[in-house]
Amino acid sequence: MNIVVCIKQVPNTNEVKLDPKTGTLIREGVPSIINPDDKAGLEAALRLKDAKGAHITVLSMGPPQADAALREALAMGADDAVLVTDRAFGGADTWATAYTIAAALKTMDYDLIITGRQAIDGDTAQVGPQISENLNLTNISYAEDIKVEGDSVIVKRQFEDRYHIIKAKMPCLITALSELNEPRYMTPGGIFDAYQKEIKVITRKDLDVDDSCLGLKGSPTHVVKTFTKSAKAAGTVVNNLNPQEAAEYILEKLREKFII
Amino acid sequence: MGTKTKDLWVLLETNEDGTAKNVGIELLNPGRRLADKQGGKLVSVVIGCHTDAAVKEAGVHGADQIIVVDGEEFRRYTTDAYTAALAHLLKKHAPTSMLIGATPNGRDLGPRLSCRLGTGLTADCTALDIDEASGNIAWTRPAFGGNLMAVILCPDHRPQLGTVRPGVFKKPDVCEDRAEIIREDFHVPADQIRTTLLETIREASAEIVDLEGADIIVSGGRGVGGAEGFRVIRELADVLGGTVGASRAAVDEGWISHSHQVGQTGKTVGPKLYIACGISGAIQHLAGMSSSDVIVAINKDFDAPIFGIADYGFVGNLFEIVPLLTDEIKKAKA
Ligand SMILES: Cc1cc2nc3c(=O)[nH]c(=O)nc-3n(C[C@H](O)[C@H](O)[C@H](O)COP(=O)(O)OP(=O)(O)OC[C@H]3O[C@@H](n4cnc5c(N)ncnc54)[C@H](O)[C@@H]3O)c2cc1C
Ligand SMILES: Cc1cc2nc3c(=O)[nH]c(=O)nc-3n(C[C@H](O)[C@H](O)[C@H](O)COP(=O)(O)OP(=O)(O)OC[C@H]3O[C@@H](n4cnc5c(N)ncnc54)[C@H](O)[C@@H]3O)c2cc1C
Repeated sequence: MNIVVCIKQVPNTNEVKLDPKTGTLIREGVPSIINPDDKAGLEAALRLKDAKGAHITVLSMGPPQADAALREALAMGADDAVLVTDRAFGGADTWATAYTIAAALKTMDYDLIITGRQAIDGDTAQVGPQISENLNLTNISYAEDIKVEGDSVIVKRQFEDRYHIIKAKMPCLITALSELNEPRYMTPGGIFDAYQKEIKVITRKDLDVDDSCLGLKGSPTHVVKTFTKSAKAAGTVVNNLNPQEAAEYILEKLREKFII
Repeated sequence: MGTKTKDLWVLLETNEDGTAKNVGIELLNPGRRLADKQGGKLVSVVIGCHTDAAVKEAGVHGADQIIVVDGEEFRRYTTDAYTAALAHLLKKHAPTSMLIGATPNGRDLGPRLSCRLGTGLTADCTALDIDEASGNIAWTRPAFGGNLMAVILCPDHRPQLGTVRPGVFKKPDVCEDRAEIIREDFHVPADQIRTTLLETIREASAEIVDLEGADIIVSGGRGVGGAEGFRVIRELADVLGGTVGASRAAVDEGWISHSHQVGQTGKTVGPKLYIACGISGAIQHLAGMSSSDVIVAINKDFDAPIFGIADYGFVGNLFEIVPLLTDEIKKAKA
């Protein structure tokens, strides 16, 4: 079985800070990581490999630095890595990203494609289902557990206050949640091997694509403005009341506001 | 794709029993404003099985027109059936834009449609407007874990598609039902639905928690200390007629189920009153509750970021303050 896991290299948004003067994001010094949902997707693929045997390819589209994310995935146990990179792909929105990744996937063998549900930087959760539409595959979103039975996958899908157990024939695409599992660590031997391995690079000329659908100019959506949320002005903070006084004070305020 | 009308569509997702999901009604509120600015009709698109109740809801909440696709294959959401139905409708009627609730299903469906129709999709919006200069919808959405807000346009492709978070907009007031109803006879053959639902599992503790619709929410975080600690939170919520919420830390600890989680990966809420107990106020939590009308916070730590957005902040032990507050409210209501 061939599994392709799509991984995105993202800044660790937990460590992104705002510049208090300019109100912009400070990205310098923020470490890049494999997007958490994708890492869980990779771990799920590795467990399928451990149980039944599988060939796992990790694929990332991005600038040359994404190499680091791919090597980490190799060190965790992926068999092959593909970097989809070209200046022509830069500035892509989700539509153009999915178009390009799907074109790269068309050059590869796959039974199962796993993406994360959502990248923690762009945060759209759109690329997974968009890749499957481009490949005319069905998709199952929000997987918390993945099993393979014969030529089908059986997925536990998180849905509101319940779970759905959904079955689909392969090939298909699954989007994974970080709740899926606890990703394993890289092994020292794995790290060593990962740096010996060659990462396959796919550029514009390797793909059968329409240039008008690539990168910034192929993107139907444009980010025209960004800003930081103007924090709601802080109200009163009281730290000199005993608990009884505090309770009475809250009650009084709720009455003033006609909540009670 | 070109457009045939200036109409604005709002998808009304339905429950298995054919009733409307709240978000599809909420979106008629900004939908009305956008449709009027665009000079077109406000159209509610209802998909489901035995949908009369949902159609009625859309009518009394101000839709000008309701397009209905009703069939057994639409009782439960499947990617294949819903994408086929909506792609068919959007091609046939060619409106300028469509708002989709950013529910788990909506966020699965939207991306499929954007690729099938070759158009852009903005994700998980929290504000909507018309860009005066171009007449396009200006979609505002959070990114980078809520640290940054972005305004997005889709200038050259139609329809403009966006998913919009539940709980951000209030339902429009009830009005006289004047909607024109159009029934579309569209069906998807069983062999074109490539997924099978084998089983539905409810968490043992799962209750339906309507946080999005709640007027009062009392939430507990890691400071509550354990499942047992949620008792004081629940008691306060009960006397206020409110709903219990939680931070992700409390959910991850297993003290309360995920359906109670407020925040970026939980629910977005906008109650009249939000009481945060033992919650530090991480950006991902604030992302889900900062638009509450009145925020009260109780926390031991004077420097907790939650105090930065609270209207009334109390530095102290929640186990001392909350039970006393519950008693005071009981007395006041007696
Ligand atoms: C502030 C801001 C707002 C944006 N808003 C929108 C918007 O509303 N609509 C829109 O179309 N675009 C938007 N974009 C552009 C979008 O972020 C990029 O296209 C991005 O490359 C992919 O989207 P994402 O990060 O949201 O990924 P998601 O769709 O959240 O990613 C889901 C999964 O797809 C896979 N994946 C995604 N990207 C890659 C990759 N490069 N390589 C390998 N696998 C990948 C991963 O498995 C990932 O877990 C926005 C960008 C910014 C900076
Ligand atoms: C991608 C991503 C998505 C996330 N999504 C969400 C989300 O949707 N919702 C969410 O909530 N979080 C989310 N988080 C997690 C978030 O970053 C925080 O970790 C989380 O909100 C912390 O929860 P907390 O405030 O309960 O716990 P803590 O940060 O540990 O705070 C506990 C607070 O309780 C106070 N306290 C302790 N004891 C008492 C007492 N007896 N009386 C009064 N106060 C007391 C402490 O002073 C402290 O401030 C997300 C994180 C990531 C990375």
